Amino acid sequence: MSACGRERAEPANDLHVLPLAGGWGAGAPLLRVEGLCKNYGDRVGCADVSFDLHAGEVLAVVGESGSGKSTLLQLLATRLALDAGRMHYQITGRGLVDLKLLSEADRRWLMRTDWGYVEQNPRDGLRMNVSAGANVGERLMAVGARHYGEIRRTAKDWLQRVEMDPARLDELPTGFSGGMQQRLQIARNLVTRPRLVFMDEPTAGLDVSVQARLLDLLRELVTDLGLAAVIVTHDLAVARLLAHRILVMREGRVVETGLTDQVLDDPQHPYTQLLVSSVLQV
Amino acid sequence: MNGLPGYNFAYLDEQTKRMIRRALLKAVAIPGYQVPFGSREMPLPYGWGTGGIQVTASILGRKDVLKVIDQGSDDTTNAVNIRRFFNRTADVATTDRTEEATIIQTRHRIPEKPLNENQILVFQVPLPEPMTRLEPHEAVTRKLHALADYGLMHVKLYEDIARYGHIATTYDYPVLVNGRYLMAPSPIPKFDNPKLHMSPALQLFGAGREKRVYAIPPWTRVESLDFEDHPFSIQRWQQVCALCDADDSFLDEVVLDGGGRMFVCSDSDYCRTRQAAGHTGTENTPMEVSA
Ligand SMILES: Nc1ncnc2c1ncn2[C@@H]1O[C@H](COP(=O)(O)OP(=O)(O)OP(=O)(O)O)[C@@H](O)[C@H]1O
Ligand SMILES: [Mg+2]
Ligand SMILES: [Zn+2]
Repeated sequence: MSACGRERAEPANDLHVLPLAGGWGAGAPLLRVEGLCKNYGDRVGCADVSFDLHAGEVLAVVGESGSGKSTLLQLLATRLALDAGRMHYQITGRGLVDLKLLSEADRRWLMRTDWGYVEQNPRDGLRMNVSAGANVGERLMAVGARHYGEIRRTAKDWLQRVEMDPARLDELPTGFSGGMQQRLQIARNLVTRPRLVFMDEPTAGLDVSVQARLLDLLRELVTDLGLAAVIVTHDLAVARLLAHRILVMREGRVVETGLTDQVLDDPQHPYTQLLVSSVLQV
Repeated sequence: MNGLPGYNFAYLDEQTKRMIRRALLKAVAIPGYQVPFGSREMPLPYGWGTGGIQVTASILGRKDVLKVIDQGSDDTTNAVNIRRFFNRTADVATTDRTEEATIIQTRHRIPEKPLNENQILVFQVPLPEPMTRLEPHEAVTRKLHALADYGLMHVKLYEDIARYGHIATTYDYPVLVNGRYLMAPSPIPKFDNPKLHMSPALQLFGAGREKRVYAIPPWTRVESLDFEDHPFSIQRWQQVCALCDADDSFLDEVVLDGGGRMFVCSDSDYCRTRQAAGHTGTENTPMEVSA
């Protein structure tokens, strides 16, 4: 029986803001996740998932189809409501804040400044009916940028950073290849310099050669910007390339977690062993 | 006389009017906020401004003097029909003259003559939600309003400049009311936007099909959205009115029978008043001013 079904005991002194120099070692985490649960009717989406994510750390979530990866990501990004569990996020100037207690306005502010969310299908993450520049500029405008020329300059810079031709600034994303759309979606998310980015299979659905270049780009950006990221993938090679740590899920639960190389080179759980070996067979 | 036999004063039953008035009071209390109301079927098709008509019907008193304009004119079919409707159902006095009216129902224009505290302007609104074209889901736009999250509207203006070199929106130009709610001013030209700002008159907006009313109370701040380096500006003409020589009014281009063109005031009352005061343009001879 998972913790999800049971009453979770709340600490007597339920502080909304956890002490920074608390009991969890040096440096408080950027994101602290405890006992996340989500069911869809009788079906388990995600069960009792806990982990800490530190600033600049990349965590890969792997597992077979239906193991709950996307569900977990959506819970983390507060796009789905939790059945049980708690999430704390390090808000600049406020310390670790219980996300449940954040006002809707604060939550949205966080989502469009300090967080990013890269959808698997770039069409879900882009506005297809406005130009590349407007797509990149949207977040800037949402947080109050009101100088057209500056917004445009920033958007252009970002196209360059994601290795797109800045001359395509005024084109609609509908005319872009899948790989370009994905780059644009990444630029649109990173323009406000978020500290944490969620990505759901960011390279799936792309040609292998395009995938490889995009992965290189992602790795560079993550390193240069010191981004923390949670990347969902069923591709262990993606995890190997991008992630410091890995979290292996099965039927909604975490069956193994650890440093990426350790887990992939020396898997402890039989399920992870199976995953790793099936990859090796490909 | 009480208007049309068998019908209540101003067509709507008193209960409906009270319901609409309650919605209007709420709208006045939250400037620019769209208040849902139980829009009634009116004996006119939606495109005819049933929202504005219901608002007018709800606030109309027996002593009111009503003016109805469409595209600035009192004489278009739409204006004539609405005026006739209230003539028959409420038997109120009507006028063409802006300064005589206590209630002005309008589509597409705000009169050129400055309004006063004793006047109410009622706008017919086809699309109350300014973000509809960018975000079709009403649940989403409602949330955006709740959080004053209006970046999306600037995306639209950005896109205008990127495509056309300037903000191409010339009608229904979005405004921020009282520093809080984003509002569609109905399809008035942006020329009229400055008149919304700090107006002494109460401004009420009714959308029949979308079942929404909203309001700008007197003396309320109304700002047109823009960028620092592309500030809001109104339409300007090289020409002056060919009939009254006005250089400060919104001009319509009119094709003449002979095939020529001329620019004339869209506000026919304004133009007539100026002509009566002796102003003449290039296309007319001085009016006979009767003693
Ligand atoms: N909206 C939903 N309604 C009902 N069940 C759902 C819903 N979304 C996911 N599930 C179920 O929850 C479980 C976890 O699904 P989830 O999409 O999180 O898995 P995943 O690991 O992302 O899979 P994939 O690799 O195929 O994307 C699956 O059994 C799935 O069928
Ligand atoms: Mg998935
Ligand atoms: Zn004139």
